[in-house]
Amino acid sequence: MIARWVRRKLEEKLRVSRWGLRKLDERLRIASVVREAVAKVFPDHWSFMLGEIALYAFVSLLLTGTFLAFFFDPSSGERIYAGDYAGLHNSRVSAAYASAVELSFDVRGGLLVRQTHHWAALIFVAAIVTHMLRNFFTGAFRRPRELNWIIGVTLLVLAIANGFAGYSLPDDLLSGTGLRIANSIALSMPIVGTWAAFLLFGGEFPGESIIPRLYILHVLLLPGLIAALIGAHMGILIRQKHTHFAGPGRNDHNVVGSKMWPTYAFRSFALLSALFAVTFALGGLVQINPVWLWGPFDPGTASAPAQPDWFMGWLEGALRLYPPIEFTVFGYLVPAPFVPGVLLPGLTFAIMYVWPWLDRLITKDRAAHHLLDRPRHSPARMAVGVWALSFYGLLLLAGSDDVLADLMGLPVLTVMKTMRIVVIVVPFLFAAAAYALARALRANPEQRLSGLRWKQIRKSDVVEEETRHGGS
Amino acid sequence: MITARRRAERGAAAAFGLTAVAGVFIGVVYVMGGNTALLGIGLAVAFASLAVGLALWAQHLLPERAYVEEREPAPSPPRLREALAAELNRDDRPLAQAPLPRRMLMLALAVLAVVAVFPVRSLLFRVRDPARALAETPWRAGARVVDDTGRRLRPADIPPGGMVTVYPDGHVGAADAMAVLVRVDPALLALPAGREGWNVDGLVCYSKLCTHAGCPVGLFVQTTSQLACPCHQSAFDVLRGAVPVAGPAARPLPQLPLGVGADGLLVARGGFTAPVGAGYWRRK
Ligand code: FES
Repeated sequence: MIARWVRRKLEEKLRVSRWGLRKLDERLRIASVVREAVAKVFPDHWSFMLGEIALYAFVSLLLTGTFLAFFFDPSSGERIYAGDYAGLHNSRVSAAYASAVELSFDVRGGLLVRQTHHWAALIFVAAIVTHMLRNFFTGAFRRPRELNWIIGVTLLVLAIANGFAGYSLPDDLLSGTGLRIANSIALSMPIVGTWAAFLLFGGEFPGESIIPRLYILHVLLLPGLIAALIGAHMGILIRQKHTHFAGPGRNDHNVVGSKMWPTYAFRSFALLSALFAVTFALGGLVQINPVWLWGPFDPGTASAPAQPDWFMGWLEGALRLYPPIEFTVFGYLVPAPFVPGVLLPGLTFAIMYVWPWLDRLITKDRAAHHLLDRPRHSPARMAVGVWALSFYGLLLLAGSDDVLADLMGLPVLTVMKTMRIVVIVVPFLFAAAAYALARALRANPEQRLSGLRWKQIRKSDVVEEETRHGGS
Repeated sequence: MITARRRAERGAAAAFGLTAVAGVFIGVVYVMGGNTALLGIGLAVAFASLAVGLALWAQHLLPERAYVEEREPAPSPPRLREALAAELNRDDRPLAQAPLPRRMLMLALAVLAVVAVFPVRSLLFRVRDPARALAETPWRAGARVVDDTGRRLRPADIPPGGMVTVYPDGHVGAADAMAVLVRVDPALLALPAGREGWNVDGLVCYSKLCTHAGCPVGLFVQTTSQLACPCHQSAFDVLRGAVPVAGPAARPLPQLPLGVGADGLLVARGGFTAPVGAGYWRRK
């Protein structure tokens, strides 16, 4: 009885929504557009969900961030904290810091939202990176998708920048230290360094200007750019349609998978909900960046051990490991932070930007592709990818060398010196191993990594030679 | 007998039911003060069961079919491209036909574009010359040495092995003036040539800003007479003019010549030996 009533109501609902569509179509002539959207085909493979996770993390960031913006006061001006947190009661701190503590302790639900926002930011960047790795190893960046790769790299840069800006806002001791190092990195640039640092900070570090400036970057400029680029990214995706993996009935001229409505929509909403569940669980249960414990920023103090958010950790590691080498150019100084702080990230992102064209040089393949490569398809690409993963991963690890030293009971200088060698040598070893394995797997297409025999790895060049000659 | 479909239907319905229950729970927790952990659990359960319900629905209640969508080949067919070309050339080519106004228009837009960058300079309005501002600190010959509460210090105020953060009198808290005063055994001191008289009975004074990336060098390790930076583990040898001995810092901490005034108070006998903190292009 009840079931029937519910069904009737549901059907009415459906009719109502179609009534809405009809009314809209009468005014906007949307039938064909909507039909096309509803019939759009999405390939069925879990790895196509990674970009979506990033998208939904961004949604979570916008929602939680909007809530936070109602309470956060981005000012360096001092005032008395008079909220519920006893540890700071009646202390004179900056308005930014006071309001960050206030919205954690005095605003109902505030701490949950703040922590969820921070976790979502970590997941946002992680999802972008993972999505990018999938696109890298499967050759999804190849013609005709170079433009979307470039937009993707830009999104990564903006996401990292916005993450850093947000981390720096609460004016606590940790973020102040991060800003100080950012200031020194800006100063280290040849010719323009002093001006860049002074324009950004409005004078000498710390000054009064940086927090309001970072705020407007963090809540308007950067997220606006990110939203616009996500729009462009998805517009291009819709125009070009998805890539897909090889399989029966799949080729370069079609897409095979589920339609937008209903299967894909249900799946995607499930993913959105799952992501919200994870971010809220983390935000409610796992403490992150307790600024009230770090204390307010004080130019005379820095705390140890201090780690930045994970997506800045590789830079921190590079700063720590880079040897004390400074040189002069025409009598002008190029200070130590320049190479790890400016040159390294500059080169990293420059290479990422031009990767689609570098890949062409390696694979000699300039054709358009809609079918994805298997990762094994290009051992050279595999080697580059594994090198990068291990290099930046090890730098990230080196960013916590003091914690590492503590855990291993070694002097931190020993760890630092060892890591200097490890980050240079180990990535090349991994890359060579990955190259050999990819080649063996390519020669044995039906084989999986776990089933690979030593003989196959050793013989892979022979087999490959044979197949190449046999094929020609 | 329950079919798989039936089971999935029940599962999805139960999951959505749980979402509704969790929603009520969230409301109750919020009204009762909004405990962070409970709110988090409520929201997590609500969205997790929503996800489970939707996933069950997608997996078991929707027809499993692979659809095929054809791609339209990328360059437009020649017919369309020609049509576009014809449209663009319809009224001759306005830009090609009036070269003089076209060039002047380019010039005008280029000038505007360049001038549009100028307001970036407005971001810095308190300082005239960054390199000068960086090179200067409030330390002057005769400036009294005070601690972070503004108390004037005498040599006896610093115990052996002790370390105090100091400022010039009247500039407490000035970030670039921050210095550390440490007391070491005068017999061990091996300061660079020309600085022999810069200590007062083993009291030496250095800038507190690390020459690597400007963090405050906050830790004095008495056993090795080293100042350590918490940021990237640089260490400086206090006995030998604070030369860097470990980590990424490449320059010594600038030293401040110390002396004692007629009133027995500690004073500076000049500014730092070099610009303080992180390095920069025009650093002399
Ligand atoms: S700032 Fe001192 S070691 Fe980097």
